[in-house]
Amino acid sequence: MTVISASNLDLTFQTNDGPVHALKDVSLEIGKGEFVSFIGPSGCGKTTFLRCIAGLEQATGGTLRVNGMTPDEARKARAYGYVFQAAGLYPWRTIARNIALPLEIMGYSKADQAERIERVLSLVDLDGFGGKFPWQLSGGMQQRASIARALAFDADILLMDEPFGALDEIIRDQLNEALLSLWARTEKTIGFVTHSIPEAVYLSTKIVVMSPRPGRITDVIESPLPKERPLEIRDTPEFIEIAHRVRDGLRAGHDHV
Amino acid sequence: MRAVFPVLTVVTVLVSLWYLMLIPMNSHQAALEAERAGVVVSPETARDRRDLSGWAVALRNPGPVLGGVWAQERPRLPAPHQVAIELWETTVEKKITSKRSLVFHGWITLSATLLGFAIGTVMGIVLAVGIVYNRAMDLSVMPWAIASQTIPILAIAPMVIVVLNSVGLQGLVPKSIISAYLSFFPVVVGMVTGLRSPDGSQMDLMRTYSAGGGQVFWKLRLPASLPYLFASLKIGIAASLVGAIVGELPTGAVRGLGARMLAGSYYGQTVQIWSALFAAAICAAVLVGIVGLIQRATLRRMGLA
Repeated sequence: MTVISASNLDLTFQTNDGPVHALKDVSLEIGKGEFVSFIGPSGCGKTTFLRCIAGLEQATGGTLRVNGMTPDEARKARAYGYVFQAAGLYPWRTIARNIALPLEIMGYSKADQAERIERVLSLVDLDGFGGKFPWQLSGGMQQRASIARALAFDADILLMDEPFGALDEIIRDQLNEALLSLWARTEKTIGFVTHSIPEAVYLSTKIVVMSPRPGRITDVIESPLPKERPLEIRDTPEFIEIAHRVRDGLRAGHDHV
Repeated sequence: MRAVFPVLTVVTVLVSLWYLMLIPMNSHQAALEAERAGVVVSPETARDRRDLSGWAVALRNPGPVLGGVWAQERPRLPAPHQVAIELWETTVEKKITSKRSLVFHGWITLSATLLGFAIGTVMGIVLAVGIVYNRAMDLSVMPWAIASQTIPILAIAPMVIVVLNSVGLQGLVPKSIISAYLSFFPVVVGMVTGLRSPDGSQMDLMRTYSAGGGQVFWKLRLPASLPYLFASLKIGIAASLVGAIVGELPTGAVRGLGARMLAGSYYGQTVQIWSALFAAAICAAVLVGIVGLIQRATLRRMGLA
């Protein structure tokens, strides 16, 4: 079942230096329960595409459907949770109250809020940290809390914009593993923007390779890797082969320029 | 407690300097009093001494001057201990209902200060919210707010008093309005900055929840602005006190710290002027201190300090 479908999507920003083609002729189908990574160099439109899906940017051409609705309708129907590059926790709220924020806005009852906060805290392995303030947590724990915040309400889609971009390699590996097991348990559809080839290959069922000027899709790779993925899978020939293909796709995108 | 030593050092230096300056400031008067008491001073008459500097008179008549500058009835510069004694006598030893009690006068000024501070703060916050949410106000209010602060308050104060008096308002309210006139400005500036402090991703997050305008205000903009607000309130309350005192000057008010200062200057009662000045300074310090305590308690509860 298709959850997100884009066809011939265009987005042109008007700037003082003339029009910038952030997205050109982007067509993509994302099915329910898929884990889709968007990878490409800066300016390839991967974040812009994610923001279009979220209804935070308006496409200037083509059609985009999220759960069969326009992105704006989907946003108003609270169809997705969004995780930003910076954890963006409100510093005056404890972790639990940060997770409660979307629940308060969406009008969940107090009892329901408490129950959901407990559940998502344990989902991201932060049991017992609900009473802490954000500054009392490490960067990795803050990002886990922001993922918990996006999971707290009933959205089937999780959009993540380079959520681990600012974290070190070791923490990143841990969070990637945790994210995979979380995805397996929650069966959400995930859109994930990244700079890292190993991260994209390790996490995804589908890898979308993009290139800049104009922002477009150059390759879509369906991953043959099994759903069950230990970290060691990154040393297998299959993994290395996909990584090669991604790298080739990125290089081909550059040759066009 | 680590601040005690540096603070005491500065106070000691200032008080020493103050005592030192008594010599040139009061030497003419000391020489005159000595002359009247029959001591031979040089030059012999006040007229001849007039063109000499304070230090020169002191050097020529070290004995009489050093004996007479510390505790004059109406010195040009009163000594610290004279001011301290006057403060003690007019606060602790006078009944607070007495017209000579500084507590009585202090309360008159303080009540105008607090009312003015409340009016100014509410006005500042309302204006700031308007500026942030209304484009017309954004473009129009700030230049006027800035212009309002370039006009000397001493020029405006009499007009405010006269205009309000003609509609039957006098006493506390006009003074409070002058006080509010000074204190709303830092609140507007701080609050506008604070309400605009949430960054792009914090605002985007609210959009992803399709939060309403009211929710964005109460759950994001307002809490984000509180640290800025408190910084402004500290400036605002000190400005309020200045406004309340200035409001007492041009009106012939007979009550309040400003009236005390003015009366002191009419009658050459320098000790009275200085003690009123110190009473005002102590009030300001206490008010700023109280706002600081509320700030610490609030921000600590919010996890921000």
